[in-house]
Amino acid sequence: MSALNASPDGAVHNLWTHAAEAPSIEYLQLSPALIVLGAAVVAILVEAFAPRSARYYLQVGLSGLALACGFATTVGLAVGGYATDKAAVVGIGSLSVDGPALFLQGVILVVALVSVGTFAERRLEPVAHGARVDSFAAQPASVPGGEGEQAAIKAGWTTTEIFPLLLFAVGGMMLFPAANDLLTLFIALEVFSLPLYLLCALARRRRLLSQESAVKYFLLGAFSSAFLIFGIALVYGYAGSVQYPVIADVVDGTVQSPSPALAASMSNDVLLLVGMAMILMGLLFKVGAVPFHMWTPDVYQGAPTPVTGFMAAATKVAAFGALLRLLYVVLPGLSWDWRPVMWGVAILSMVVGAVVAITQTDVKRLLAYSSIAHAGFILAGVVAMNDRGISSVLFYLLAYSFVTVGAFAVVTLVRDAGGEATHLSKWAGLGRRSPLVAAVFAIFLLAFAGIPLTSGFVGKFAVFAAAAEGGAAPLVVVGVLSSAIAAFFYVKIIVLMFFSEPAPDGPTVAIPSVLTTGAIAIGVVVTLVLGIMPQYFLDLASTAGVFVR
Amino acid sequence: MESLIGLLVAAPLLGAAVLLCGGQRLNRTGHLLGTALAAVSFVVAAVLFFDMVGRDTDDRALHQHLWSWVPVNEFQADIAFQLDQLSMTFVLLITGVGTLIHLYSIGYMEHDERRRRFFGYLNLFLASMLVLVLADNFLLLYVGWEGVGLASYLLIGFWQHKKSAATAAKKAFVVNRVGDAGLAIAIFLMFTTFGTFAFGPVLDDVEASGASQATLTGIGLMLLLAACGKSAQVPLQSWLGDAMEGPTPVSALIHAATMVTAGVYLITRSGAIFNAAPDAQTVVVVVGAVTLLFGAIVGCAKDDIKKALAGSTMSQIGYMILAAGLGPIGYAFAIMHLVTHGFFKAGLFLGAGSVMHGMNEEVDMRKYGGLRKYMPVTFITFGLGYLAIIGFPGLSGFFSKDAIIEAAFAKGGTQGWILGVVTLLGAAITAYYMTRVMLLTFFGEKRWQPDAEGNMPHPHESPKTMVIPMVVLAFGSVFAGGLFKWGDAFVNWLEPVTQFEHGHPPLSVPVITGLTVVVLLIGVGAAWFQYGRAAIPVVAPRGSLLTRAARRDLLQDDFNHVVLVRGGEHLTRSLVYVDNKIVDGAVNGTAAFYGGLSGRLRRAQNGFARSYAVSMFGGAALLVAATLLMRAV
Repeated sequence: MSALNASPDGAVHNLWTHAAEAPSIEYLQLSPALIVLGAAVVAILVEAFAPRSARYYLQVGLSGLALACGFATTVGLAVGGYATDKAAVVGIGSLSVDGPALFLQGVILVVALVSVGTFAERRLEPVAHGARVDSFAAQPASVPGGEGEQAAIKAGWTTTEIFPLLLFAVGGMMLFPAANDLLTLFIALEVFSLPLYLLCALARRRRLLSQESAVKYFLLGAFSSAFLIFGIALVYGYAGSVQYPVIADVVDGTVQSPSPALAASMSNDVLLLVGMAMILMGLLFKVGAVPFHMWTPDVYQGAPTPVTGFMAAATKVAAFGALLRLLYVVLPGLSWDWRPVMWGVAILSMVVGAVVAITQTDVKRLLAYSSIAHAGFILAGVVAMNDRGISSVLFYLLAYSFVTVGAFAVVTLVRDAGGEATHLSKWAGLGRRSPLVAAVFAIFLLAFAGIPLTSGFVGKFAVFAAAAEGGAAPLVVVGVLSSAIAAFFYVKIIVLMFFSEPAPDGPTVAIPSVLTTGAIAIGVVVTLVLGIMPQYFLDLASTAGVFVR
Repeated sequence: MESLIGLLVAAPLLGAAVLLCGGQRLNRTGHLLGTALAAVSFVVAAVLFFDMVGRDTDDRALHQHLWSWVPVNEFQADIAFQLDQLSMTFVLLITGVGTLIHLYSIGYMEHDERRRRFFGYLNLFLASMLVLVLADNFLLLYVGWEGVGLASYLLIGFWQHKKSAATAAKKAFVVNRVGDAGLAIAIFLMFTTFGTFAFGPVLDDVEASGASQATLTGIGLMLLLAACGKSAQVPLQSWLGDAMEGPTPVSALIHAATMVTAGVYLITRSGAIFNAAPDAQTVVVVVGAVTLLFGAIVGCAKDDIKKALAGSTMSQIGYMILAAGLGPIGYAFAIMHLVTHGFFKAGLFLGAGSVMHGMNEEVDMRKYGGLRKYMPVTFITFGLGYLAIIGFPGLSGFFSKDAIIEAAFAKGGTQGWILGVVTLLGAAITAYYMTRVMLLTFFGEKRWQPDAEGNMPHPHESPKTMVIPMVVLAFGSVFAGGLFKWGDAFVNWLEPVTQFEHGHPPLSVPVITGLTVVVLLIGVGAAWFQYGRAAIPVVAPRGSLLTRAARRDLLQDDFNHVVLVRGGEHLTRSLVYVDNKIVDGAVNGTAAFYGGLSGRLRRAQNGFARSYAVSMFGGAALLVAATLLMRAV
């Protein structure tokens, strides 16, 4: 006790001697995330207690309902002014509810809702022993190719755990861009990462590839998390707090020493700079920027395609949201230090993503490299350091996520005897056999390439305009050149689909149920609406683009 | 009254839409509908005309703003019409002659199974031409300009089964493109110079706009280029002769009376710009002078009756362009000659069509002869047109042409003398070739030949629908000039729009008039000497060097072929070479470079988590190092 009493400020002493006061929690503002996480818990219970036959319908219904309610409350909060006038820091200083947070949460929720459709799709796989099955392993715990697997397939089992995993991931992703202190940031990161690692391992076909990708993702993810937490520790050592506003004040020099215990290390710039770099590295890993991108192609290729689509879209939205808040709220005082570094990362991402994609032969790997290049484009908007930078990134994320989900949904349709036919040579002449599917995929590719009348063009224009305004003209030049390189391989696929002779043993296009059709249709509609009439959404992003401090 | 202006355009436009979209069921009534709508337009024009005459001189222009077409910040393009005295003159000419020619076509195209389509095109032409002359800004004028170009293309190639017609249509279209580019550039220049292209702001105060002389000259020259294309002036004249492949009513309406005069309209309308750019004006005069001789010489050598008339058209428009280039002393005379020319040249073409109709579509005048007995009405109306065009005293052409010759002398100085002599020379040649046409066709022995199927022609007078328009136009040929001249009515009418200055020729007016009559008699006498006395060979003699050159349109096509076509081919070939070797080389080289780079970078992706982790570590180290380095710097 004496040691405790000797503590300089007596904080620990108070904790021991006084009854802790219950903190006030703003349940209303937190309700979207609470609904989703609560539904995830209920989904676990469903998994434990409901009979196997009923689980699929219960889980799909529960997930859909939870995500729809979450979205409705998010929209309600935004309409109620919580995105603008009533934006506030809630949950004992751990989360912000403001424009960017609500905007990105809304995007994540709709993307997740669409993904529930592709997760639940049961028309694509051939009927296995009388049961309709989805793209996920019959029994993940069974050894690939072993007897247990055979038995599980014969029994017509499916893995309905994917739905609670999805809900947990979504919950974490919603918290990630809203996190207002470094620890919440870290926890949110883990909350959405761990379910994703698992989901990656659950492919029904090519299970070894899927498991390998999951292990890689997990190892590298853990590695980057270690950097992140180490960085957090160093920044804490510098600022004496993990709260964003406090760190920002210390960085600015407006507050000298909130914590005398750390007087020795405080205001040591090396701690700050190294810590900041490590935190950035953790976030850049999640967005898949060069040189932290190596996991992307392997994981995108190995993971079940619906998971890839969800992950590629939603993770990017969440991680860029967190990155934006960190750079715009915590570290603006340090922008002279981090901007050149981020410039480099952006340029490398654009160039490497676009160049390496040229020689890819697998459509999922190609889209993975394309996502790396897009991470670079978005970073160009991030480093603008002006209001347009925020709103353009928000718009880009909205546009990009729907194109991505849609594109991967189309990939699930093109199949041959071995499951999805992802090798590009198989896609030759697809436009002659299935003109509609090929045309839809062509729309998505044109949007990726940033051709006018698609959302991709408006998004690219917005981020490049913001970057140019922010004084990053060289970045814009590199961005446009990379876009030109990238256009090459996107258009190459279109040429392949429409102007090549179909291969004799080519794939067939499966007829999906309304779930996947809906996902693709939403993707197409959003892509075209944002491309042709973007003004409303640009205004929305602009209104939402103000962080609470 | 303003609201009627839209109706002028709407009636023929509706006709075009109905006839072209209506399909087969309109085959039996389509021509009547087309003619009726043209007549409606004419009646509306007449009503507007009498209304306009009833108002004060300063108060005559009408404006109708229909809707805003392209409103983009400072760029304001409106669909708006302006009906002033100049436009009114054109509207009456277009709808009047247009209606007559619709009427004539009912008979002329009676046996053509695509008659409905023909009338649709004619209506389309009327609508476009009216837009051209009614537009209150250059952009809308451009719309009409392109519209008449399209209608002209469709009608020249109307008998598309004939290869010559299809080729002629294409030629006309391509040559006109050159002129159209000129108009487009002129509009661009206007917009950058004046910030608008509405007639009012551009033309009202050219001097005060502060535009440089060079810019104004540039705009003027580009407008002239446009006028050369549409009005078949040297150097863009080569299409008009071939355009005679179209049905004869088309030649009369579009390639004689109205469309080809659009260039004169354009120059007169933009007079304010030319007045401020004397260099451009000089070029206009030169073009007009060269073309009036060029066309006249070509007209002397042609045995094809329509091509001879085409050469004459070119020459007469040369007169108008020349007059327009003289500035305020000439604008009104240019337009006056344009109107009288509209009457007599349309009449001559319709007469030619009537002759061809009776002669199994034969066009070679050497195979006509002695037709005056067989086609008396055609003979008389054609004859009156003939007297009008050569400027026989008292007829239309005399007054209008004489006025231009006087104005040319009045230009003053050496220029004035040169221009005066050129216009007199042109008048002599006109008298010569028109007398030649007259003698070859209606006088002398019958030199009729059987046609390709071996049928001898049985010339006969044409049906009423064809004869009536010829008679009406003959009246115009005889009396229009006198009416216009009476108390300077026409000049006073146009004066508020085009301005007018009295020219003071170095010779007194009676002397010039006397000279005009003398050269006229010389021309007629020379023609009679050559073609009236002796028998005419059915096969054309070899002729002198000049005759042979004139038969080939003074080598214009050869010139174009050698200089433009060959030159273009060489340019294309060298560009293709550059494209293949250098551009493609660069493109393929770039592609190969990135392909190779991609292959090399790809190898880093070796599938081992350990090497990925190392690269991440390296990246993180780099990030930290770079951050610290930034601070150190």
